[in-house]
Amino acid sequence: MKRLPPQPDEWIDRSRTLDFRFEGRAVNGFAGDTLASALLAAGEAFLGRSFKYHRPRSVLSLANHDVNALMQVTHKGHSRPNVRADVTPLAGGEVVTAVNTFGGLAADKGRFLDRLGAFLPVGFYYKAFYSKRWFPYWERMFRFMTGLGRVDVAAPRVRTPKRYAFCDVLVVGGGPSGLAAALAAADAGAKVVLVDENQQVGGSGLFALGADAAQHKQMNELVLAIRSNRRIEVMTGCFASGYYTDHWVPIVTPTCIVKMRAAAVVLAGGAYEQPAVFRNNDLPGVMLGSAAQRLIHRYAVKPCERAVVFAGNDDAYRVAADLAAVGVVIAAIVDLRPAAPNSVPAGVEVRRGMAVVEALADRRGLLRGVRIATPAADGTWDHAATEEIACDGLMVSVGFAPALALAYQAGARMRFDMQTQQFVPATLPDGLFVCGRANGIHTLPLKLADGAEAGAAAAAVAHGLAPHPRAAMIETAQPSHPYPIFEHPRGRNFVDFDEDLQLKDFFNAAQEGYDNIELLKRFSTVGMGPSQGKHSNMNAIRILAKIRGEPVEKVGTTTSRPMFHPVPMAHLAGRAFQVERSTPLHARHVAAGAVWMPAGQWQRPEYYAVAGLRREAAITAEVVAVREAAGLIDVGTLGKIEVYGPDAALFLERVYTGRFANLKVGMTRYGLMVDESAVVIDDGVIARLSEEHFYFTTTTSGSATVYRELTRWNTIWGLNVGITNLTGHLAAMNLAGPAARRILKTLTDGNLSDALFPYLGAREMRVAGVAARLLRVGFVGELGYELHMAADCAPHVWDALTSAGKPFGMRPFGVEAQRLLRLEKGHVIIGQDTDGLTNPLEASMQWAVKMDKPFFVGQRSLQILAKQPLRQKLVGFVLADDATGVPKECHLVIEAGAIAGRVTSIAHSPTLKRVIGMALIAPELATPGRSLKIRIDGALEIEAVVTDLPFYDKDGGRQRIADGVDMLGEAA
Amino acid sequence: MKIMTCPINGARPVSEFAYAGALRDMPDPATATDEQWAAYVFNKQGKAGIKREWWYHIASGVWFIAERDTAADRVIRTYLFGKEAA
Repeated sequence: MKRLPPQPDEWIDRSRTLDFRFEGRAVNGFAGDTLASALLAAGEAFLGRSFKYHRPRSVLSLANHDVNALMQVTHKGHSRPNVRADVTPLAGGEVVTAVNTFGGLAADKGRFLDRLGAFLPVGFYYKAFYSKRWFPYWERMFRFMTGLGRVDVAAPRVRTPKRYAFCDVLVVGGGPSGLAAALAAADAGAKVVLVDENQQVGGSGLFALGADAAQHKQMNELVLAIRSNRRIEVMTGCFASGYYTDHWVPIVTPTCIVKMRAAAVVLAGGAYEQPAVFRNNDLPGVMLGSAAQRLIHRYAVKPCERAVVFAGNDDAYRVAADLAAVGVVIAAIVDLRPAAPNSVPAGVEVRRGMAVVEALADRRGLLRGVRIATPAADGTWDHAATEEIACDGLMVSVGFAPALALAYQAGARMRFDMQTQQFVPATLPDGLFVCGRANGIHTLPLKLADGAEAGAAAAAVAHGLAPHPRAAMIETAQPSHPYPIFEHPRGRNFVDFDEDLQLKDFFNAAQEGYDNIELLKRFSTVGMGPSQGKHSNMNAIRILAKIRGEPVEKVGTTTSRPMFHPVPMAHLAGRAFQVERSTPLHARHVAAGAVWMPAGQWQRPEYYAVAGLRREAAITAEVVAVREAAGLIDVGTLGKIEVYGPDAALFLERVYTGRFANLKVGMTRYGLMVDESAVVIDDGVIARLSEEHFYFTTTTSGSATVYRELTRWNTIWGLNVGITNLTGHLAAMNLAGPAARRILKTLTDGNLSDALFPYLGAREMRVAGVAARLLRVGFVGELGYELHMAADCAPHVWDALTSAGKPFGMRPFGVEAQRLLRLEKGHVIIGQDTDGLTNPLEASMQWAVKMDKPFFVGQRSLQILAKQPLRQKLVGFVLADDATGVPKECHLVIEAGAIAGRVTSIAHSPTLKRVIGMALIAPELATPGRSLKIRIDGALEIEAVVTDLPFYDKDGGRQRIADGVDMLGEAA
Repeated sequence: MKIMTCPINGARPVSEFAYAGALRDMPDPATATDEQWAAYVFNKQGKAGIKREWWYHIASGVWFIAERDTAADRVIRTYLFGKEAA
């Protein structure tokens, strides 16, 4: 091939020469060239080696409908694999090699595989290579041989954030019908986005010219109208990679993905020209007619010197006209049709009713001629009655397959149109329109009309109007030959060029029983290569239909899935984005040496590091401080909810298991929440601030779901109550320990005396000048106050408490210490000591349940459960004094060789100086004093003894202490 | 991304919503037998078809009912609880 003189509207810019390297040689092209067009213009004979047989290949479609020219491109320091030379613009400076070669394109050692073809039948890898001993060797060999390009692991990390865009009408495809659709939609007032994968719009309107100057002019005017229309945004070099619900279309641009939401979509993607199947149809020099036209009109490349055109439709004659116009000698037009009606270029011989049955190669493997014959009705021909025609180019124009991938994904149903011999849409979902070749409309005036119709209808839908029914376009042309497929005893007649599948592979697969389209696809791998069947699926369907003796429509098609073309992983990758919530006191914890742990989405201090102390010792020190002096813990992650209104108490009565209607103003009560099946789901402390005003906490992980569920219940009940989620709005901290009152007293004028602020009371007062709600709760089992205040005031209060507490030996304490302290008190942690099936009876929490209320969520289920024997029971245990190991949470309790329960919480208690824990066990073992066997790592069994709860301070006196004398010497 | 129409906030991507189970009438706990109550708590209708479901718009806290054809994957309509006639 070589470069032609300037062609009208060529895409190349001859004033800018770009140098690059190919297979070790210096080459150059022009700006506007693709890698392939530059190489072809420079006279490169072949561009790649085929997948299985390593046959030399050159251009077939030049449209990204095949991957004959797949390259490894090294540019600006890093290397990209599997670059499609046909459509990738030349940048200049690239170092390019073909993929899939062993030792370079020309001297590829894999080329001998072509001779071994007999040993590599379809599906051969299913028949051999399954010896367990040898498989690792075969696997390595296969991976080595079947890989294509190389991944450059030193490639720079590129961030490609997604973009979002919106439009009224999205038009996919900028050929004649797409351009007409975009204009019609814009004229109807729609905001239009037009997407085309090529570098310029115009599609086949500007390459399937057939030397028709009038068409050229008309198309140019159309393109100009598009470019000057302010309602139309044109995205070239971009493709729509799939169709997702409600007109959500990801558009792949060179740098990122744009997620486009459209109100209506017009698919105008055209059709893929299809190859004919005959022996050696993959030789360099054999190409689709449209490829030759693209070469001529876009890149000014002369496809060959002497051409044969293999025709199955009228488009082939336009190809011949285009070739003749640039000086290619047309040796013959071989027309499959017995009657070829069209205008024939002057001086060109037309061989009617004949087929190309073999392409002939010269010693270098390039096309030197074709063998033609007259096929009989059944497709066979007399091998003795053939003719040879010399040529160095064979342009094949026998048919088209519609680009309907996105329509399939949208749920469109297709039918097979006998006139055009292609699938066309039969039913389309609302808001989706198809026009042009994809819709079975192939002649230019009809394409323009079809596109305009579709665009107007799409605009109507986008504006919320009912679309007028579309006029049926009748296409009289017959652009696709029903069966351009010819057997040959020596094979090498390719159906799928990506996978090196030849005609007999399909017969063999069907013979093996894979004669259903889904099975045939998977067994033969037709359509599973990088082109995803664009040039092969239709022929595969035709072949299967012939094998089965059924019409094409009955054979059906396989599903089409995104992506339409391969998309770089960098485009698809998202950021790793973990939500992390911190409390307002985060900086204070950092300053105090907190060691962090995740608690759901939150970061909480596990403990505070102390120089010279290991983790266990630091936690122990915190526990001791709480028991003997005071500790301060940030509990701001707790859910915090207010309910208020005349029905507030009634509402709480219904959603909690306990009684709250009689809760006195200024008091708190523990609340247990179960779901409709009576499974424990949450707990908290409910404070009554006034007759119609309650404030309560939930567990950290439950806050969102509890709030959500409460609002749902009230949506149903419609009680006169307001519910507000204050979780993020308020901070909370818990001051606990015998010195708690004395410390707090220094910061508030509020009355903390036991008489006026008793255990379980709730008061509002200023602490360190900040308005706060104080709840006298006892989770850790010491005198304690939980302070709730506005989040931005929390650091100030924390600081004030920290300095006030210093003389008393107060320390901050973290989650681990808190868990230990509450374990000593036998307090249940929902989700740790209970699971997804535990009910209050099993958790020994009947005391929190008031069955005599008129109704509460879960009540009816509890009635049923109360009549049944318990499945399990939550108990406390201590390890036997001579225990030789320490179980962990979830270690199993074993009884008579069977699982009888598991440990839910366990820790060494510094207060009691022994290991204590809780376990859910079979009810018959749940008697205090009963011995348990717990199996730990290494299958050792540790003995434990069931005990009553709590372990510490059984009568709860520590929580209720009333100091004799306070700091100021007054009676408390 | 599928679009769900919140009755208050309008059309939003479906990722902004949470599904919360089928809309069902609770039998009267006082008169339901244990079997009837257990069926209400545990048995759900799995067959594809037109369903009425609880949905929650996470961003704004709106609870509403969605009528969906689960066989056709189509949201027929959405409405606030109690406002199906609207």
